[in-house]
Amino acid sequence: MTFRENATIAKASKLANGVFEIWFETKDIAKHAIPGQFISVYSNYGERLLPRPISICRVDGNLLRIVYRVVGAGTDEFSKMKAGESLTIQGPLGNGYELDKIKDEVLKSGREFKKALLFGGGIGVPPMLELAAKLDIQTDVVLGYRDSENFLKDEFLKCANVHIATDDGSVGFHGNVIDAAKNEGLEADVIFACGPLPMLKGVKTFAESLGVKAYISLEEKMACGIGACLACVCKTTKKDEHSKVNNARVCKEGPVFDAAEVEI
Amino acid sequence: MSNVNLGVNLCGVDFKNPVTVASGTFGSGMEYSEFVDLNRLGAVTTKGVAITPWAGNPTPRIAETYGGMINAIGLQNPGLDTFLERDIPFLKKYDTKIIVNVCGHSEEEYVEAVKRLSSAPVDMLEINISCPNVKEGGIAFGTVPSSAEKITKAVKAVAKQPIIMKLSPNVTSIADMARACEAGGADAVSLINTLTGMKIDINKRTFALANKTGGMSGPAVKPVAVRMIYEVANAVKLPIIGMGGIRSAEDALEFIMAGASMVSVGTANFNDPTTTIKVIEGLEKFCEKQGVKDINELIGCVK
Repeated sequence: MTFRENATIAKASKLANGVFEIWFETKDIAKHAIPGQFISVYSNYGERLLPRPISICRVDGNLLRIVYRVVGAGTDEFSKMKAGESLTIQGPLGNGYELDKIKDEVLKSGREFKKALLFGGGIGVPPMLELAAKLDIQTDVVLGYRDSENFLKDEFLKCANVHIATDDGSVGFHGNVIDAAKNEGLEADVIFACGPLPMLKGVKTFAESLGVKAYISLEEKMACGIGACLACVCKTTKKDEHSKVNNARVCKEGPVFDAAEVEI
Repeated sequence: MSNVNLGVNLCGVDFKNPVTVASGTFGSGMEYSEFVDLNRLGAVTTKGVAITPWAGNPTPRIAETYGGMINAIGLQNPGLDTFLERDIPFLKKYDTKIIVNVCGHSEEEYVEAVKRLSSAPVDMLEINISCPNVKEGGIAFGTVPSSAEKITKAVKAVAKQPIIMKLSPNVTSIADMARACEAGGADAVSLINTLTGMKIDINKRTFALANKTGGMSGPAVKPVAVRMIYEVANAVKLPIIGMGGIRSAEDALEFIMAGASMVSVGTANFNDPTTTIKVIEGLEKFCEKQGVKDINELIGCVK
């Protein structure tokens, strides 16, 4: 079920340099959302037609939280909005981390489902929070940041073992999240990740080396956000059931994919 | 019930209202059916389909521009077999007309597709000779009048349904293109396809689209589209399906008054999936307010 709502902003604030959060009061969207799904956020200005796909960071009853980086005029517009104002949003969209299904797949692959390892890089950190909160198995999360502005870190501490890697070495491990995980000897039955493409490539290779499944969240430029326009495709290893070619829709079949099933 | 007639007839096909969707913006309606009661649309125009599956272009395939967007999807489609087994039965569950957009790499492929569609339960075929993002097929036939006339004749020779030729705005004279299609035996024309555009990502110092260029659409192109509808309406007797930046009933009325018998909502579907319904309701309200009993009175009323 997907819903389109004019949602009132319950809270809006800045979390770090260029990183902002909005808590929306929703009628149906929050209630139906699972970790790893996203919403389309529409500009209030007619010259910006396309929705901005933004991952869901947290759900609390009817409240839905997004944490996003300002990358252009649309996200800049959102960052200036205040509590009490509203935006049109649509969602929840995409498949998300379907934990029951993933658990079955992991068990079927011959592994247990007792230890999860999560990687979040940059603006890929936020969707990992809802996932970490929902997982009821031992959870280690490696968060990668540019510098010491470790947004959301304190909230992760409440639901997971947290490891930090920074580009500038100001906090935690100096380097990327994969090297941080190796450095600490982290192991897992299953890996989840969201972040920039080079990081996801590293996660895929790392998961292969451990012989475990990795579920990664991909990003691509979108127009409709609901699977109709075929803008946001990714390359799949097998022929996709919907497209009949080796393309899956990131907004529909994804954004979460088994890393072994996509070419990145 | 309103006493305004919104129904139109094109080439012997009755449409309950003059509103359809622009090919490629609506898939085959399946995804949008969660937001839109497809029964309310005059027709669903499906995304371009070819005789075999096409993989389309590399990503990024789209970029937003001021008041619009550019796209270079590259006519990705699952091929006619899947389309006929999956998409047409889905659409047949609804009380709406079906216009199938057809693409091909060569004249033979267009002809083959039209042949195979001749026994399908669809109402009209729209021949895409104007996609700017695929070199062979699409635009190759859509910029030279003699080529357009030749392919129109070829598909008409095998078609069982009325044929709409979809025209490109990226030509010296769209009126000449429409005349060529009329001479080739087309039953209708639709316009405009997208305008070839480009966007540069200044931070990455590269093209915003992997294809470098893409087709521009959205409200920003509307004045160009209305002008072209007017030119074509004055050049040929064929009915016109007008499109290019329509996002409201007021926009649709400009196209209708310029000479379009039907209109298509395209890019606006991405901004609001219910745009088609708002346009239909707005047309009815406008007619009621202005004392117009039949929308047909407005078609081409601006001379």
